[in-house]
Order: sequence, then C-alpha cells, then structure tokens
Amino acid sequence: MASVVGIFSHSSVSVPVKDKKLLEVKLGELPSWILMRDFSPSGIFGAFQRGYYRYYNKYINVKKGSISGITMVLACYVLFSYSFSYKHLKHERLRKYH
Amino acid sequence: MNENLFAPFIAPTILGLPAAVLIILSPPLLIPTSKYLINNRLITTQQWLIKLTSKQMMTMHNTKGRTWSLMLVSLIIFIATTNLLGLLPHSFTPTTQLSMNLAMAIPLWAGAVIMGFRSKIKNALAHFLPQGTPTPLIPMLVIIETISLLIQPMALAVRLTANITAGHLLMHLIGSATLAMSTINLPSTLIIFTILILLTILEIAVALIQAYVFTLLVSLYLHDNT
Repeated sequence: MASVVGIFSHSSVSVPVKDKKLLEVKLGELPSWILMRDFSPSGIFGAFQRGYYRYYNKYINVKKGSISGITMVLACYVLFSYSFSYKHLKHERLRKYH
Repeated sequence: MNENLFAPFIAPTILGLPAAVLIILSPPLLIPTSKYLINNRLITTQQWLIKLTSKQMMTMHNTKGRTWSLMLVSLIIFIATTNLLGLLPHSFTPTTQLSMNLAMAIPLWAGAVIMGFRSKIKNALAHFLPQGTPTPLIPMLVIIETISLLIQPMALAVRLTANITAGHLLMHLIGSATLAMSTINLPSTLIIFTILILLTILEIAVALIQAYVFTLLVSLYLHDNT
C-alpha cells in the first residue's frame, strides 16, 4: 500500500508511493517487504484508516447504496463475536461425551 | 446448564480487559459523519432519524435546557445502537454490565441536580415538599422526597441493566428449550413462535432507550428550569 500523509478519504489527496503494493511483491521478498512496513502506532492507525475508507467508498458512499453495505459489517461482527465466545460454546455441542 | 447460561454476560478479555473497550467503541463506526449537504443513503437516513428524535425530545426545554441537546442525542444514539447490536447472535452487549450503566447514570443525574441547586436554590429545595400537604405530615414527606431523589440514578442504571439482561436471558432459555423440544417434536412449533414474538418485542429494547432518555429528560427539566 502507498504511504500517505494526513487523512485520505478520497483519491484527490496526494499520495506519494513509497513502496510496492502487496500483489506486486514476489514471494521470495515477502519477509523483507513485511519488515519494511511501518509498524509504529501512527502507521497502524493509518492502515486502519485506509482500510476503513476503502470499504466505505466502495460500498456505502455511493449514490444508490444498498443494505448489503451494512449487513456485511454486521455479519463480520457476528463471526468475530462467535470466535470470541467459542471457548464457552464448545461445551454445548450435541455429543454424548464432552 | 446453569454455568453457561450466564456466560454471554462475562466481559470478553484478551489477556486483560481490553476487548470490552473495543466492543464499546464499535457502534460509532456504523454512524458516519459527512461534510456535504447531500450524502449517501446511509447518512441521509441517519440524519433524518436524528433530526426526528432530537426535535421530539427538545421541544419541552427552554434555552438553558437545550444546551444539553448534544449530550442527550448522543446518549440516545449510543444506547440504541448498543442495544440493537446486542440482539445479533453471539454478540456482547456492554449495557448488560451494571458498571457501565452506573457510569452513565450517576454523572448525568448529578450534573442536572447540581446545576439546579446552583442556579435556583429556592426552586430546587421546593421540590422536596409537594403543594398542599397537611402540616403533621411534612417531616415524613421531606424524608420520602429526599429518598426518592437520591434513588434516581440507581433506578436509571438498574432499570436499563435489568431489562436488557432479562431479555437476553429469556431468549437464551427459550432457544435452548426449542432445541430440546425439537427431538420430541410435539409443541416445538409453538415454542418457535414464542421465540419469534419475543424477539420482536425485544426489539422494543429501543423503547427502553426512549425510557432511559425520557426519564433523564424529565429529571433534568424538573430540577433545572422550573
């Protein structure tokens, strides 16, 4: 992903490309590409912001956004909560011996 | 079965207490803001709903009470989205924790009462004695009114906690009863119907938010601007 300065909710914010995108990285240089990434708190926050705006601009911020823009988020929320409570739930399976 | 009945109400932790904080912070992600006049459908519907509720809530206040409008509208949005997200399967509802509801109720109630006492002390003290009480009853009535004032934040918090927790628990129980009945198969359809109706009525958890904010409003109004 490109590295940017400031909020980038749309593409007209200027974006200098610092390094290659993930799909252009060859498999052999994947470890060095991961190590080159910005893992500081502001870098991680920037990654979350990019991901958020990527989803938002594709599914919600359109002229005729449908309900699936939100229901995808809710479905992911359900799966996330399920993975959290799996520890309790695995005792409730319909088995003869637990 | 008794142990895992209350398991959904345990605050989720990742080696500590942080996951509960993440879940509390997640409803605002569903409510985007925008700097344009004409927005996408999601923001338009949300702005319309917010305008509707805020107009409904704020008409009975005078100028000084309307300075609280941002606080109250954000309160009702937060509680509404948190309760509605808690209706999804396997999710954790932070408003089932009494600690969180107390943390919401006590500062708001205390702010309203202290504001009333600071600005119009005679009017605020006059609330402790209703008009037209016979003279021998006055000491007892003052005590009763004081107690009813001091119990207001507890009532607000416990009301919200108890309603949401009881609803979730009931849905768990009826769901597990349906699963058990499905092998026997006799009145299983009846119980499934009960679940459906209960879920619909529980979506009047949103009415509970109205109850929360309205009681808060009434208290604010009476203490403040009378």
